[in-house]
Amino acid sequence: MKGRTIFPGKAHGVALVSQEPVSFYGGIDVTTGIVIEKGHELEGQCIKDKIFVFPQGKGSTVGSYVLYGLKKNGLAPKAIINKETETIVATGAILAGIPAIDGIDINAIKTGDKLVVDADNGTVKLSRKTF
Amino acid sequence: MYLTREQEQILNGEKGEILQRMFRLLTRLGDIYNADKMIPIGSVQVAGVSYKSIGDPGLEFLEDLAQKGARVQVLTFLNPAGMDLEAWDTLNFPRDFSQKQLRIIKAFKQMGIVPTATCTPYLIGNLPRFGEHIAWSESSAVSFANSVIGARTNREGGPSALAAALCGLTPNYGLHLSQNRIPEVVIEVKAHISTFADFGALGHLIGKYVRNKIPYITGITDATTDHLKSLGAAMAASGAVALYHIKDITPESYHMDVKGLEKIQVSQKDIKEAYELLNQGSNPDIIIFGCPHSSLREIIELAKKVEGKKLKKPVWICTSRAMKEIVDRMGLTSIIEKAGGKIVADTCMVVSPIEKMGYSTTAVNSGKAAQYLPGFCKQTVVYGNIDDLIKEQIT
Repeated sequence: MKGRTIFPGKAHGVALVSQEPVSFYGGIDVTTGIVIEKGHELEGQCIKDKIFVFPQGKGSTVGSYVLYGLKKNGLAPKAIINKETETIVATGAILAGIPAIDGIDINAIKTGDKLVVDADNGTVKLSRKTF
Repeated sequence: MYLTREQEQILNGEKGEILQRMFRLLTRLGDIYNADKMIPIGSVQVAGVSYKSIGDPGLEFLEDLAQKGARVQVLTFLNPAGMDLEAWDTLNFPRDFSQKQLRIIKAFKQMGIVPTATCTPYLIGNLPRFGEHIAWSESSAVSFANSVIGARTNREGGPSALAAALCGLTPNYGLHLSQNRIPEVVIEVKAHISTFADFGALGHLIGKYVRNKIPYITGITDATTDHLKSLGAAMAASGAVALYHIKDITPESYHMDVKGLEKIQVSQKDIKEAYELLNQGSNPDIIIFGCPHSSLREIIELAKKVEGKKLKKPVWICTSRAMKEIVDRMGLTSIIEKAGGKIVADTCMVVSPIEKMGYSTTAVNSGKAAQYLPGFCKQTVVYGNIDDLIKEQIT
């Protein structure tokens, strides 16, 4: 799959997929990397070292700082894949230096899929290799 | 996107790592939104100042930038902080919170940012001209600058506004372009709108109806800049409205063609229902005015209402430090304090930790505050106009 580079870099890892938009501010705990938004489909799951796949961000613009904080705390996802990246996630990914791509059909990815992300070229591949 | 030779050098890191990182953010955002080039900006308003909002990640980010020598290139003002930056101790703001807050302000100051701590920069010395390109965050200030002044800014987030301040540039897209400033929906107001709270209730409704579209409002015959501040703030909170036009009142309304646009009517009944929706309680623990920060006119009005009276519950009026200096000199601060009220500078009810200060029901006349207080501050909101709210408190 080919999309658009939001922030360059390469990563491989296991997908964590949300069909719902994600709010980093108030939605993810910056000290644990766990989704804490009540009723969110990923509530209780940790995004650390995952390839974090969701349609787009939502909520407060302070969410950018939360992404930066997750990276500083060693709890950031290895890469972000969006349907359409809005400014909050784009800003956060760029500040934190997290490889990110958008314009991807995220319905084609399931939680647990092994992914190879090349954000330099905006590509995502499903991998059969075990990591 | 077209970049000048000098801008290419920034992007290549020839002007240092900080500028490279910040300029990369701007060029990325420009690419995402199909900007054709970078444009110089006249001023910046930076949001994300309260420790309550940005927490330790924000604090560390800002200190890191300041220590690495980041310096702003244009006039840059700051949004409200989480406390009165001078009287925090006597107002009982928590000490650990206050220490972190002061570190945030120090980092901003090191970057050359004017530590104004207000959401109304246009009232105290950051006033763009009609058509000027600026990069502002703070949704109510964005709305005021675009709509009432006719300056041009997108709804920036804290970091993108800061990046614009450090580079002196912003990507040319969105509301910087004339073709993106035309109305998309007409709001016909068939109700009598006169008080600050009326304008807040109307703004709340319009924001919900139009979400992030540009409304063209008819049926408003007069409004002060205070009323427009209230209207725009509420609209930007319940929706994401960054620009509105009011027929014959806001500057760009004169050129706008609204033929064929969808029309939505707002009746007196709708306004009454908006009040009922925003008003969730009674018997408040505290009454807070000044969202957005109060103008001189609003403080004079409050002082007149409470002069020689005694207030039953605490009453705060939030404003900028600059405005407080003037009202101190006018003797209004002592009038309000004698009645049992307080003029609180640098902060407001939304970004200060009032839920940790023993308050659970707060009365406001602001549509924006009424929207945010339940979620951000766990408050039950009493919504009303200033006359009714004050009358209840006077013995």
